Amino acid sequence: MITVIDYKMGNIHSVQKALEYVGFQVKVTNSYQEIVNSKGVVLPGVGAFRDAMRNIKELNIDKAIYKVIEEGKPFLGICLGLQLLFSKSYEEGEYQGLDIFKGKVVKFSKSVLIPHIGWNTVVINHQSDRIVSLFKDIPDNSFFYFVHSYFVKPDNENIIATTTNYDLNFTSTVVKDNIVAFQFHPEKSQDFGLKLLENYKNMFFNSL
Amino acid sequence: MLAKRIIPCLDVDKGRVVKGINFVNIRDAGDPVEAAFLYNKEGADELVFLDITASSDYRETMVEVVKKTAEVAFMPLTVGGGVRNLSDIERLLKAGADRVSINTAAVNRAKLVKDASLRFGSQCIVVAIDAKRHKAEDRDQKAGARKQNTDLDSGERWEVYIHGGRTPTGIDAVSWAKKMEDYGCGEILLTSMDRDGTKEGYDIELTRAIAEGLNIPVIASGGAGRMEHFYEALTSGKANSVLAASLFHFREMTIIEIKKYLSKKGVIVRL
Repeated sequence: MITVIDYKMGNIHSVQKALEYVGFQVKVTNSYQEIVNSKGVVLPGVGAFRDAMRNIKELNIDKAIYKVIEEGKPFLGICLGLQLLFSKSYEEGEYQGLDIFKGKVVKFSKSVLIPHIGWNTVVINHQSDRIVSLFKDIPDNSFFYFVHSYFVKPDNENIIATTTNYDLNFTSTVVKDNIVAFQFHPEKSQDFGLKLLENYKNMFFNSL
Repeated sequence: MLAKRIIPCLDVDKGRVVKGINFVNIRDAGDPVEAAFLYNKEGADELVFLDITASSDYRETMVEVVKKTAEVAFMPLTVGGGVRNLSDIERLLKAGADRVSINTAAVNRAKLVKDASLRFGSQCIVVAIDAKRHKAEDRDQKAGARKQNTDLDSGERWEVYIHGGRTPTGIDAVSWAKKMEDYGCGEILLTSMDRDGTKEGYDIELTRAIAEGLNIPVIASGGAGRMEHFYEALTSGKANSVLAASLFHFREMTIIEIKKYLSKKGVIVRL
């Protein structure tokens, strides 16, 4: 059983269906108790950073996320769910994030079209065991689907698992201990996206 | 590197694909979910559903189509047609649409685009523009009827039409696209009404005129008939993506053939 946090930010249905497709039993909820009781948590989301943080705080979800991560349970962030893990976002102002990772969320420069929409290549940064398992049977430089205007800049570069080139080489996957987070949408990336979710399941849930 | 997108469009009326799909292995040519599943398998980069149902009684039908599609096709979905307010957008996004396109409602109430992009994020909001070339002599003839219009007074222009291409608005397409960018929309879906259905190629001048003025991506639509047309729109037309409907439905060309052709010509596509 994996829990998808529904904090009123976007396309939960697709995430749920993709997770079910690779064999997860999925519970969609915003209840603190259900989140902290689950075996693993997914934070999806599209939309504005400010609204997302406001909803998360109002629903007490921030405390649930801290507890789940502290207990070492698998945590998966997707798109905005990656950005929210960082200290601060500069999306239409300056807003505090969950600060699980030190770093900031910034906008692409005017030299490229914004938003960054479409299929772009994901380049594996270094071959740790964890990253190798996560991208098992997925060739380096495979295309995944992106739709965003902001990207994360982690202070600690060791957590950068993949990068993608648009305007510059930005962080497209973060891996640290029990946390995996993607800037792209595996649930929208056809076969490679589903493969990635399946690998994720095998890495963290086979022993559970 | 970001790939150029090839996007099939499905016209849906009361929950059924209208033109039908000539896939060999399709059981029900009118089922949008089955069509989406097959396009997904063929490597379409995104799907556009255009709900052309006239009556709003069937609005929930489209939401159901999106929901079912999102269960079998794990790919980007853009849905347009009859989107009037924030709750229409929210329902479609919740059902599994990644992006929602707004056309008539944006002209009637531009603030909807602003409100929607603030609430759901720019990347979710596409503005669809149906544009028609506006000749000088037409202008003179119609001048009486449209005195209020100062947009379309000089040079080569394209006029924005709404209500599925039935109603002229007097609005210049290039400045309208710019305004929609300023209001926060994340992409323009640009259809040339002059070229739509002709197979003579996209309106490259129109596409370039719109794309050059913007810092958001543009999807070219209307007129694709040959491989070169896709290439032209993506290079000289400066479009980011190309959309076609009947060409794919009637199997005159497959997505993979077009991608191989484009790749040979040096365009980055996802093969």
